[in-house]
Amino acid sequence: MGYELAMRLWRGDADGGELRDFSVEVSEGEVVLDAIHRVQATQAGDLAVRWNCKAGKCGSCSAEINGRPRLLCMTRLADFDQAETITVTPLRAFPVIRDLVTDVSYNYEKARELPAFAPAPPDADGKRRMMQVDVERGQEFRKCIECFLCQDTCHVVRDHEENKQAFAGPRFFLRYAELDMHPLDTNDRRALAHDAAGIGLCNITKCCTEVCPEGIQITDNAIIPMKERVVDKKFDPLVWLGAKIGRRTDDRTEL
Amino acid sequence: MADTSTDAETVQYDVVVVGAGGAGLRAAIAAHDAGARTAIVCKSLLGKAHTVMAEGGIAAAMGNLWPDDGWQVHFRDTMRGGKMLNHWRMAQLHAQEAPDRVLELEEWGALFDRLDNGLISQRDFGGHRYARLAHVGDRTGLEMIRTLQQRAVALGIDVFMECTVTDLLIDETAGERRIAGAFGYWRESGRFLVFEAPSVVLATGGIGKSYEVTSNSWEYTGDGHSLALRAGASLVNMEFVQFHPTGMVWPPSVKGILVTESVRGDGGVLRNCEGKRFMFDYIPEYFKAETADSEDEADRWYDDKANNRRPPELLPRDEVARAINSEIKAGRGSPHGGVFLDIASRRDAEFIKRRLPSMYHQFKELADVDITTEAMEIGPTCHYVMGGVEVEPDSGASLVPGLYAAGEVAGGMHGSNRLGGNSLSDLLVFGRRAGERSAEHAQKAEQGRPQVQQAAVQAAAEQALAPFAIEGGGENPYALQQELQASMQELVGIIRTDEELVLAREKLTELEDRATRLVVHGDRRYNPGWHLALDLANMLLVSECIAVAARARTESRGGHTREDFPGTDESWGDVNLIVTMGDDGHVVLRRQPLPQMPDDLRELFEGK
Repeated sequence: MGYELAMRLWRGDADGGELRDFSVEVSEGEVVLDAIHRVQATQAGDLAVRWNCKAGKCGSCSAEINGRPRLLCMTRLADFDQAETITVTPLRAFPVIRDLVTDVSYNYEKARELPAFAPAPPDADGKRRMMQVDVERGQEFRKCIECFLCQDTCHVVRDHEENKQAFAGPRFFLRYAELDMHPLDTNDRRALAHDAAGIGLCNITKCCTEVCPEGIQITDNAIIPMKERVVDKKFDPLVWLGAKIGRRTDDRTEL
Repeated sequence: MADTSTDAETVQYDVVVVGAGGAGLRAAIAAHDAGARTAIVCKSLLGKAHTVMAEGGIAAAMGNLWPDDGWQVHFRDTMRGGKMLNHWRMAQLHAQEAPDRVLELEEWGALFDRLDNGLISQRDFGGHRYARLAHVGDRTGLEMIRTLQQRAVALGIDVFMECTVTDLLIDETAGERRIAGAFGYWRESGRFLVFEAPSVVLATGGIGKSYEVTSNSWEYTGDGHSLALRAGASLVNMEFVQFHPTGMVWPPSVKGILVTESVRGDGGVLRNCEGKRFMFDYIPEYFKAETADSEDEADRWYDDKANNRRPPELLPRDEVARAINSEIKAGRGSPHGGVFLDIASRRDAEFIKRRLPSMYHQFKELADVDITTEAMEIGPTCHYVMGGVEVEPDSGASLVPGLYAAGEVAGGMHGSNRLGGNSLSDLLVFGRRAGERSAEHAQKAEQGRPQVQQAAVQAAAEQALAPFAIEGGGENPYALQQELQASMQELVGIIRTDEELVLAREKLTELEDRATRLVVHGDRRYNPGWHLALDLANMLLVSECIAVAARARTESRGGHTREDFPGTDESWGDVNLIVTMGDDGHVVLRRQPLPQMPDDLRELFEGK
């Protein structure tokens, strides 16, 4: 059942580092995080790795396995040939702190720039009524576990550090879309999504959707509809004219 | 060679909240709203706390589905679930305020599942008379933590992420011990940090990482329990540890991961290897009157609660966990040492995927099991500690002025056993209360703020650096933790005996001694070996509390089962066990009478 797994783990810090070879015994049903924990417990006590729930629910243990952004706790060893060497490196789009741990503060800064939910007043009995079909759109986006794999893989920032200033990334387009589609939210977030969050820079290559461990259709269900809403407001001449002459106050009409 | 500088940066706040799960975030929001300069300190990144793993829902008697539900019914269910050992006042406040706290989450952007009339949906859970858990599929904890996190961010509350508090700082100069702040380190750099604050709210969660099979994450090392004890506060009900009936058992890598009670709430049943629905054989006298005694009645209950009684699969968790344990011991278990949890044969695939999406995902991805076509294998897993800091119910105040506790780290609310769904509501109700009252305390302390003693800071820093000073031949923290987990699992687990509890004390004493020689490699920057070495001290202290209290309570009740005292003993029915710290650094145990419930509440239990 058990076998010796060959691993190459990146070790180092902001000043540089290298891939180091490890050999560790693993057994049936284990995931990559199990193997890393065993290396940590028996061979490298100071090996830095982030993790929490080990059940794919918290999004802490994001890293790149053989170059692909994945959760360490949801990647099963059985997906690899036993003779294959598994290489684990830190998320490339964020600065390294130590070993497999990166500085993901970019994401927390972008979260702070987002205007909060602002609901209309509740019904007379103090409760709120929404239909299941209406909340389901937002619920898909709220499955997001903030693993930031989509942020890591998005080439707008992965290969262009300078874009980070003007670009919030797929995780936050998801949040803009969620709030814009919320049945009770009163803010209009389209201008913000365009100007501050830079949704226009996204050219819908769908890399984010591919790596999402929650299977959220980031591109199709959030980014594209959000882009359409932005375009609707910003560039549709009829909408523009309506707004100018004051005939059309409800410009939240969907396409 | 690690940097041995004891230098520490200093920051000043009115209220420092330790922990960023549901209770910590809710406390911080309340303190901020009350005008306090507030900081949140957490060991992980924001939004990763253990609350994120809560699945089933938030218990609140909103009456959206069953108009007869109300706080009195919820209160009664909670007290009976805890075998009447709960602090009545906490259970009352909890039942009364939970509905408002849920509606408040909606105000801040939470998107709960809906009923056909547009109101928040409510689901069935063990021990609850009516369907009353507000939920989002089976990922309610994620919804709750994200909502609170986004609210806290919108309010601009300062968050110290990946920062561990190792000591509370006390000012004794005014003639009494009162909180002056907290001492901690940044995990990233290993540098020290002093929080000067007249109020500290502990919201650190539980202790599950001291057990081998647990649903808890690495953070659950009993930090708050230990900090409170060392600061002079008391702990109550530490003998009561909840083993959730349904954790995954296979493959070994996922052993202990939670399988939500919603599976049973939504119609799932437990079967042994003979295919028998065995829970009918384990209905205790205490719950006989309200539990179905035939499969037909149990199955009718889901749609008609007025004329049928609850299925035995939805007895409180302690009862179900013990029953599963007995079936496994009797040789009627599943191939990998659990029993079967079957929803596949009872609900259609579409229903299962819609109501239990993360369970479907979890079993598919981690165990190659399709829960819409096959039964799951499950077994008990350490899930929750009912015991915690003894607090004044209305405020969450501990015995130490300025020190508050809320959520799992606080004790009393759940008595000897917590009902499912009552944890998330507990976090919100008492998080808010502790936040408000800690802000009030800070306000009052404005004249004559407590002073941090430099000597205490120096001592805390030296203590934290001690593992680096051990040269060669010491103990490996990872190996020591594994030994502790194995010992607690075997000797202080779901079924206990006097003999084993004596052995547990001996083993803990040995481990405590060896823990003084922990050796860590590398330097102070993001060094998990060092972090574990520091957490271990808390795990050992809290484990001792559990073992001591468990040995003293010579009866079985809720989350404390003694093989040598199998029955519930009425003479223990009005006794709380209180743990404090003696001068020698070991725990001291005493009995304390249970607070008396007023007559108007007592009437709720008569003739039922």
